Amino acid sequence: MQNVLSKYTPLLAIAFMALITFSCKEDPDPIPALPGQVTLEFDNVVGEAALSLDDQDYNNANGDQFKVSMFKYYISNIILKKTDGTEYKQPESYYLVDESNADSKLITIKEIPAGEYTGLTFTIGVDSVRNVSGAQTGALDPANGMFWTWKSGYVFVKLEGTSPQSQNGGLVFHIGGFQKPNNTIRTISPSLNGTKLQVEGGKNPEVHFKVNVLNMFQGVNTIKFADLATTMGGENSVRVADNYVNMFTVDHIHP
Amino acid sequence: MPKNAQLNHFPDPVYQYQNNPLTKAGFELGRKLFYDPILSEDNSVSCGSCHKQFAGFADLEHSVSHGLNNQLGTRNTPALANLRWNPDFFWDGGVNHLELVPLAPITNLLEMGTNLSLVIRKLNRDPKYVTQFRKVFHQDTINSQQLFKALTQFIGEMVSANAPYDQYVNGKTDALTEEQKQGLLVFEAKCSTCHKPGLFTDHSFRNNGLDSEFKKDLGRKIITEQPSDLGKFRVPSLRNVAVSSPYMHDGRFRTLAQVLEHYDKGVKTSATLDPLLGGSRLGIALSKEEKKQLLAFLEALTDKTFITDPRFADPF
Repeated sequence: MQNVLSKYTPLLAIAFMALITFSCKEDPDPIPALPGQVTLEFDNVVGEAALSLDDQDYNNANGDQFKVSMFKYYISNIILKKTDGTEYKQPESYYLVDESNADSKLITIKEIPAGEYTGLTFTIGVDSVRNVSGAQTGALDPANGMFWTWKSGYVFVKLEGTSPQSQNGGLVFHIGGFQKPNNTIRTISPSLNGTKLQVEGGKNPEVHFKVNVLNMFQGVNTIKFADLATTMGGENSVRVADNYVNMFTVDHIHP
Repeated sequence: MPKNAQLNHFPDPVYQYQNNPLTKAGFELGRKLFYDPILSEDNSVSCGSCHKQFAGFADLEHSVSHGLNNQLGTRNTPALANLRWNPDFFWDGGVNHLELVPLAPITNLLEMGTNLSLVIRKLNRDPKYVTQFRKVFHQDTINSQQLFKALTQFIGEMVSANAPYDQYVNGKTDALTEEQKQGLLVFEAKCSTCHKPGLFTDHSFRNNGLDSEFKKDLGRKIITEQPSDLGKFRVPSLRNVAVSSPYMHDGRFRTLAQVLEHYDKGVKTSATLDPLLGGSRLGIALSKEEKKQLLAFLEALTDKTFITDPRFADPF
């Protein structure tokens, strides 16, 4: 029985401390729930269709036809907000979502303090500090092909493909730049549509995003591939970034 | 690490090894990588191919860089020294951190022409490198961060601060000849605003009147996209300048005499010309005597210890 007792010693200690602390109360507080996790799933789509690389023709808002051969983007600095306004900021929060790598489309955030969360915020791209901090690893390793070598800085969103309307036939949208006047860092808080995320040990709520490629080319600025088919930072990249703030919508949530 | 020459007349370096503790093993690994053509596409070009120690780690006699299959780059190979003091790098300042400097030549198609994943794979296939990297970074596999940190330990330690000029500043009054002392006075009066003594650069970007239009190379404007940066290039350090010809971002001048001639009589006007070179008389007026004295003084920036130091030599 020795080990049964020792197994519960921490719990007894907590309960005992609770008794001391709240000795004037009738009921001691329950033992706080253990931290939990939340999974974000990124489902890349083109309008109503699933994104399929290289083999599908799509049309943008301007009616231009196009195919996509590559679609990658950074999600960083994820913050979860509780009902009472307190926040959990995930440390070292950098992820590269790549259409050609299924595993990359699932992001699991662990060790989140238990509680009820009603808000989610993240950055599309990489904060300015990490753009000026030298050699990085993991998702931020320049070997991932999302870093400009001749002009230091991360490519935040990379879409490549083809379009008959493009003057040279190609689409090269490398959106990035972290300095004024062409800063393309965008931080968004997509609505959870009133759903509350119940975070505690043993549960794993999943937030399922639809990421609509068409929203790179429509919104504040309608992009015509005849006029703009290549951008690597600068003013035109800002026009695209101002569109893609609306690229991420929460489709549904699994409790 | 042996102590470098006195650096009293230098400001504090920008790069402090905060996240990259300097070790003998790290420095030696960086040195080996610097001279190893494994970092290029076809194992033919190393950093040392263009950055030659005897030329102050510049590329003597080459106006622009030569890379894979003898392709020509567009700009002159810069001399390397005192890089830890630079806030940014390359002629146009496009790179913002010392650790990321090697990434540009490694991936530039006209230089070493490869991609980072391939280089890392090659290094991980080499048991000697795997052992050496493990000794320095205590990780099982080599990644690009380790590659850059090792290279940075080597290029960061390339400190040149023991030229006759430095010895003179640190109290050795006979380190300069009389003519060089005269040259120093001319230099202080006419050159030192941009080539600030100590590091011999103020780290600024300026249009020094080489051309009246800049279609071939926009300079700093490529990076900032600001029209006001058209035709501006980094003010290079003048350390070891006498041994690191040719000069300017495109290597157009073969001698320092030509450079002085340019500042005296060759400055061309344009919208972004540096105000110090503008006005009613373009350029910097230099008499024949002053030019002679300046040329003598510039010799006093050659750091013989640095360009012959066995610590920086090719280990292969």
